[in-house]
Amino acid sequence: MIPEFGHYALILALCIAVIQGILPLVGAHQGRREWILLARPAAQTVFLLLAMAFVILAWSFYANDFSVLYVAEHSNSQMPVIYRLGAVWGGHEGSLLLWIFLLSTWTFLVAQLSKSLDEFMVARVIGVLGLVITGLLLFVLLTSNPFERLLPAAQDGRSLNPLLQDPGLVFHPPMLYMGYVGFSVAFAFAIASLLSGRLDAAWARWSRPWTTAAWVFLTLGIALGSWWAYYELGWGGWWFWDPVENASFIPWLVGTALLHSLAVTEKRGGFKSWTVLLAITAFSLSLLGTFLVRSGVLTSVHAFATDPKRGIFILIFLVLVVGSSLTLYAWRAPKSTLGGKFSLTSRETFILLGNVFLVVSAASVLLGTLYPLLIDALHLGKISVGPPYFNSVFVPIMIPLLVLMGIGPWTSWKNSNLLDVIKRLWIAALVAVIAAGLIPFAMGEFTWLSSLGFLLAFWVIASGVLQIIRQAKAGKPTRSFIGMQLAHLGIAVFVIGVTMVGAYQEEKDVRMLAGESVSVGGYQIQLQSVTAVPGPNYKAMQGTFLLSRNGKLEATMYPEKRSYFSSTMPMTEAAIDAGLTRDIYVSLGEELEDKAWAVRVYYKPFVDWIWGGCLLMALGGILAMSDKRYRMKLRKAAA
Amino acid sequence: MKAKFLIPLLLFVILVGFLAVGLNRDPHEVPSPLIGKQAPAFELPQLADPQKTFSPESMKGKPWILNVWASWCVACREEHPVLVELGKLQVAPIIGLDYKDKRDDAMAMLTRQGNPYVLSAFDANGRVGIDYGVYGVPETYVIDKAGVIRFKHIGPITMELLNKKIIPLLGELK
Repeated sequence: MIPEFGHYALILALCIAVIQGILPLVGAHQGRREWILLARPAAQTVFLLLAMAFVILAWSFYANDFSVLYVAEHSNSQMPVIYRLGAVWGGHEGSLLLWIFLLSTWTFLVAQLSKSLDEFMVARVIGVLGLVITGLLLFVLLTSNPFERLLPAAQDGRSLNPLLQDPGLVFHPPMLYMGYVGFSVAFAFAIASLLSGRLDAAWARWSRPWTTAAWVFLTLGIALGSWWAYYELGWGGWWFWDPVENASFIPWLVGTALLHSLAVTEKRGGFKSWTVLLAITAFSLSLLGTFLVRSGVLTSVHAFATDPKRGIFILIFLVLVVGSSLTLYAWRAPKSTLGGKFSLTSRETFILLGNVFLVVSAASVLLGTLYPLLIDALHLGKISVGPPYFNSVFVPIMIPLLVLMGIGPWTSWKNSNLLDVIKRLWIAALVAVIAAGLIPFAMGEFTWLSSLGFLLAFWVIASGVLQIIRQAKAGKPTRSFIGMQLAHLGIAVFVIGVTMVGAYQEEKDVRMLAGESVSVGGYQIQLQSVTAVPGPNYKAMQGTFLLSRNGKLEATMYPEKRSYFSSTMPMTEAAIDAGLTRDIYVSLGEELEDKAWAVRVYYKPFVDWIWGGCLLMALGGILAMSDKRYRMKLRKAAA
Repeated sequence: MKAKFLIPLLLFVILVGFLAVGLNRDPHEVPSPLIGKQAPAFELPQLADPQKTFSPESMKGKPWILNVWASWCVACREEHPVLVELGKLQVAPIIGLDYKDKRDDAMAMLTRQGNPYVLSAFDANGRVGIDYGVYGVPETYVIDKAGVIRFKHIGPITMELLNKKIIPLLGELK
């Protein structure tokens, strides 16, 4: 009975979402106050109904209700409770429900936190979000109902793909979706301002904290996904340029451009139509990402069973949402006024340049992701695009961007004396050159590529530190200033991690007997034994390895090779000894003849800096959002 | 309306055109990088008897055919009679890889349409499919004595393909 309540809640949510999507928008257009006032209660009701549906689905997993098809396909009674809950979004139907639930959560938050905002604006924003929710709910109810019954009920479930049975599944998708979906708020604000014809700085002021919040979630979500792939997939890599990874990374790049462009629109009233376009693009790309992942139009390790009906539905939805937005844009954006004038050496110019590089890089990743599809559609053959394309196209675009990052924050709005800036920055340039010259030698081998990486990273770091010192001397720096510096520092830390791993990681595939050792990156790794250990829903062969350096024992490592009862493919559970300056990664391969084992070991210098950098970026975003001065501005905007 | 503000819309229209065409084509017909390489090893329970397992290792020494199929796949039903014909000719053993399927449904299909397979391996979650680069079902592989993949076909095989390509190839491999 309970799953039917969930289904019912979804249907009810659809009805209310239709009201939320239509009446407030019409009301705002015709000036009908009673319809405008419907926006908030409608949004709150949809949120509660979707929360109910979501909790019911989670309960069905918790209670092992295998009469629900989706539960039977993705869970089984031997699975630990935490993964049973994670399995709620382990498949197509559930992850779509999560998508919509989070969208309504954002809408709910907008309804709660916009008390001081103009009623017309709120009605339009909530109305636009209501339309998006309506479309997606139709999609779920018509093609992907998670509450569909399986009668008679299955004895036990089929279990979740062992790859997904990991704490990563519990945190990564909600975080990522929260970011993905969060761009809907900036999108709704942009559409609302186009509809009202009031393309002023106010909407930028309003959408800024929302955009930053979404960006923080997306940053953390992508970082978590990358970390998960690193320790769970057992491949030792941290980014694969997989279409699904790209689908989240492209909105991130555009979202980053949007963050910066919003600053110009808010502070200087400039770039209005450009910012609106970015807001529309960021969310459109999130939808496109959903299309690519869910339609199976591209191949990927993430791709789920392909169902053309779903693909066509999402495509139609995409056309309606993006097509109407861009039409509205073409119609209304020309009316926007230009902002304050600025010279070639102003902060506006630098932000614009940065924007161009970000958008070009996003476009190049998008092109690479869609290229196989384009070529196929043009009957030019079948190809697949891999990391070589992305590395050789994406990385060069990042170089000028990093150079700009060292200069941009020093410039002032409207106009600044570039000569002055250069005079202050020579120390940073010197630090960068020294770092670029010395660090590669300290790591044991000089390569131009690693040297370039250090040059850029230390250029950004030194420039940031110099500026923080200057600001601290001049008075207490604001939170948004520290936030910006922290985020830029995060990029530099990330670049150091990528450079170190790229240039100095060591990898060895060896055949080992108990008692034998292998050395990598100055460490010795000795295989003690391999023993069988039981798990809750698998049995494992567990290796015991001693990690030592110069004869001194540093850690004992236990990589596993697991056989899940539900699947016959063995899973590799790598053991990682993490450290600030290096990770040692040991993964147990196949059992060979004579009790020997295939073992793969990696020495990965500074690899944790990659995710540490992302964490710094997210922290920077959070600090910027919490800026006191900023909140005062919000109040002023409302007045 | 200024023309330049229409540019994003135009770009989007072009993109949608490609996506729409892409949806109607099989995006997965990429030439296999596996041709000329060792067939990836695996061990899966057999469809008819979950207690027994199958591994490609056991086929060493003779050329054989690996056919990826599923009961939910419409194209497989189309292909099935061709496979049954091939099975009767006894040119090489056909091993099925039942991909992301339900055991009962799969057994039912074999009873209904005939069973051309020596046996079928049961890949419930499609993990082996990933190793083989299976994008769509059905797919057919010809594997030689040494366990090297010599030929791969995506989509249903036809009598014509069988006579012109697969049977001559199997003859060569013997």
